[in-house]
Amino acid sequence: MSALSDQLVTFAILAYLVAMISHAVEYALGNARAVTAKAAPARELVGAGVGAAGGIVEPPAAPAEIRPSRSAERARLAGRIAAGLTALAAVLHLAGLVTRGVAAGRMPWGNMYEFVLTVTFIGAAAWLVVLWKRPSLRQLGLFLTLVMVLLLAFAELKLKVAVEPLMPALQSYWFLIHVSTIVFASGIFLLGVVPAVAYLLRAGWEQGRRSFPYTLARRLPGAAGLERLTFTLHAFAFPIFTFAVIAGAIWAEAAWGRAWGWDPKETWAFISWVVYAGYLHARATPSVKRNVATWIAVLGFLTMLMNLFGVNFFFTGLHSYAGVN
Amino acid sequence: MTTVDDRPAAPPAEAPRRRVNPVLALLRNSWRQLTSMRTALVLLFLLAVAAIPGSVLPQRGVNPEKVNQYFVDHPDLAPRLNQLGMFEVFGSVWFSAIYLLLFTSLVGCVLPRMRDHVRALRSRPPAAPKRLDRLPQHAVLEAPAAADPEAIAAVLRRRRWRVEVRGNEVSAEKGYLKETGNLLFHTSLVAVLLGVAVGSWYGWHGNRLLVAGEENAFCNTRQQYSEASLGPRVDSADLPPFCLTLDDFDAKFLPSGQPASFWATVTVDEPDGSKRTAGFSVNSPLRLGSANVYLLGHGYAPILKYTDRYGRSQTSTVPFLTTGDTNLTGEGVAAFPDANVDPKTGKRAPDQQVAFDGLYLPTAPDNPPFVASQFPEERNPAVVLVAYRGNLGLDAGIPGSVYKLDQRQVDNGKLKQIGDKKLGVGEKWTLDDGSTLEFLGTKPYATLSVRYAPGQTLMLGACVVLLAGLMGSLFGRRRRVWFRVAPPDSGSPTGGSSLVEAGGLPRTEHPGFADEFAQLVAAVSDDERGAGRAREGVE
Ligand code: HEM
Repeated sequence: MSALSDQLVTFAILAYLVAMISHAVEYALGNARAVTAKAAPARELVGAGVGAAGGIVEPPAAPAEIRPSRSAERARLAGRIAAGLTALAAVLHLAGLVTRGVAAGRMPWGNMYEFVLTVTFIGAAAWLVVLWKRPSLRQLGLFLTLVMVLLLAFAELKLKVAVEPLMPALQSYWFLIHVSTIVFASGIFLLGVVPAVAYLLRAGWEQGRRSFPYTLARRLPGAAGLERLTFTLHAFAFPIFTFAVIAGAIWAEAAWGRAWGWDPKETWAFISWVVYAGYLHARATPSVKRNVATWIAVLGFLTMLMNLFGVNFFFTGLHSYAGVN
Repeated sequence: MTTVDDRPAAPPAEAPRRRVNPVLALLRNSWRQLTSMRTALVLLFLLAVAAIPGSVLPQRGVNPEKVNQYFVDHPDLAPRLNQLGMFEVFGSVWFSAIYLLLFTSLVGCVLPRMRDHVRALRSRPPAAPKRLDRLPQHAVLEAPAAADPEAIAAVLRRRRWRVEVRGNEVSAEKGYLKETGNLLFHTSLVAVLLGVAVGSWYGWHGNRLLVAGEENAFCNTRQQYSEASLGPRVDSADLPPFCLTLDDFDAKFLPSGQPASFWATVTVDEPDGSKRTAGFSVNSPLRLGSANVYLLGHGYAPILKYTDRYGRSQTSTVPFLTTGDTNLTGEGVAAFPDANVDPKTGKRAPDQQVAFDGLYLPTAPDNPPFVASQFPEERNPAVVLVAYRGNLGLDAGIPGSVYKLDQRQVDNGKLKQIGDKKLGVGEKWTLDDGSTLEFLGTKPYATLSVRYAPGQTLMLGACVVLLAGLMGSLFGRRRRVWFRVAPPDSGSPTGGSSLVEAGGLPRTEHPGFADEFAQLVAAVSDDERGAGRAREGVE
């Protein structure tokens, strides 16, 4: 069962990788079109067709326009394939998690490897939900699959450990409550950072910046929508994260005799919480620019990463269950 | 999200210009600054940044040994960091200053909002603006089912809007929960802080190691703890007088050596004289009412019997502290300061004291080196000891650790090494002077933390409110709608039937408002109850 899980995860990574390549193809073809079709009126037409049902693209009249719209069609096809592959990858990913859980006879959140595996799955699943509701955001898939491939490959190469049951300190129903909510909130925050970065790039592009990182945003959806999505995801994840931290404190009271002891993990959870609260405040304050607020959200995610990787690798504390040495 | 700064500005000062006291003006300005959202943001950030050293540097409250080690490793830097409070970040002046300022700002921010909110809750939804078609949402309903203001108000009330009818106008507002939630949330933050304060003033805790057996029982007094701290409002005499005996400690391990379960069984002597047996474990502390007992760790205490050269024997059960290795290798010292008292003279010979220093291995390897246990369970228990004879230095009045030999006495030659040996259970070691040491077996020990933490219930309650408030604040949406029924005599083209104009204003920007408005308009157009009546009228 454990070997099966490993295989499924490997296939999931491959599927994310191919999805990423497919997104990149979509992006490249889209660029080619954007360049050649600058003056062509077909541009608007095709642009409007993206994401619409049926893909009714008028056969272009002038031969000069054949190339652009054909590559646009190809780009769209590549994008659809990418989305389909992402869904396939997520299914494999889930199967990998389930088999790992069955092999261990418990929820697959017992060490850092499993933790990363679950968080990334939540991120991917939430992405599919977003994509379902707002197909026009498909271009963001390039960033998302990139994040997936990087995190999962890192987990495979550096964090993988053999399946083991839980140690006594983790045998508590609070384990389920605390960890599932932390994992869930982290997955949504992980997804939230994708539109946040995309927004920062796109806002720069819309303000006329044409230097390197901003050029990436040429074909991204509009900045305002990205910003709203960023906020929606963070506003959704924040109360869950808050609950998870509180549940952690209740558990810590039972397990370690104190609800809050400023152990490094607790300290960084506090820091993340304060930074995300700062994001929500900044966004609610009209005098704070939206891109400043969004930077705070990105910073919040960096503090989450610090808590996951930094604290497990560099500090020792009571939360030393990561299975890394 | 609402814009935050949308509280109605203070009415323009009408009073004739007076010379304002500059001190008062400064105070007022500082207060305004402090309670502004920008300041709150800056303070939030300072709080996050200030917490970082608390995770990077060792903290006294978390791990005092590591702080000491840091002083050894960085003799130059450590004292300077210490002056800055870097080893007690969360109790330091600067950290406290930040959160106290933040909470002052918070109170200053929340109180006026509370006043405004109570006013808003009491007041009626405002009258309709003149031009409803200028609002973000607007519709004209021809011959709606609910055509008079009261019928429209009924539709709205059914959908839980707060409604006010003024003549031919209906005003309605919804989503007060947002601000209520926001205020609850921020107020509960203050309650959490209060809970922390109560806990640190009136709480206490003590740690100690408890070896199994009645002779090792301990009672809850300050002297019986190896480490204890009482809040400023707690006196030693306030500690509830209960006693604990560790009857048994059961630890189970997986074949890999990973612990599978722990269970401590204790006898509790309650202050009222009653006695009972109770069990507890990691994750399920012993709750005594007056305090909680938490299981922190466990290990083994070898029982060693020393028979001196005069044939007098003493037995000592010495907890060997685990070294952090998962196979529970223990380290310890068995000291016999009263050994070798000449029975004829009854005089103690200070240079004839004996001590054994070494390791305890619950599962010793079959072959040397005997330096680490192979498994946490006692499969092949053995002690590996070095014997010392001489002056243990216990009379020098220098407090030493009971778990370590006084190294100075070894260095200055007053304590001499006289051999070393590995002993299995039941084995006896005869020393050069004919005295013997016998390893009789072991007893388990548990390390316990006993704590009383008032304020936790308050904090828990506050956290529940905090979460509820947060949800209300994040997902609540304030919005207003107005309906205006055109007077029948306005010469409408439909003759007798009426014309209703509707407008909607989302006070919290949110994408779903257009849909909600459309549904509302549809409901008014064919009012669920009114619709039935209308159809009857046609037939
Ligand atoms: C301990 C410090 C604080 C924390 C952890 C905190 C946390 C939060 C959080 C998480 C929210 C999000 C809820 C929402 O967006 O609706 C929020 C909202 C808000 N906070 Fe704070 N807050 C703190 C201090 C303050 C202070 C000092 C002020 C006033 C200067 C303030 C004013 C507000 C306001 C007005 C909102 C509502 C924003 C809106 O309308 O959506 N907060 N706070």
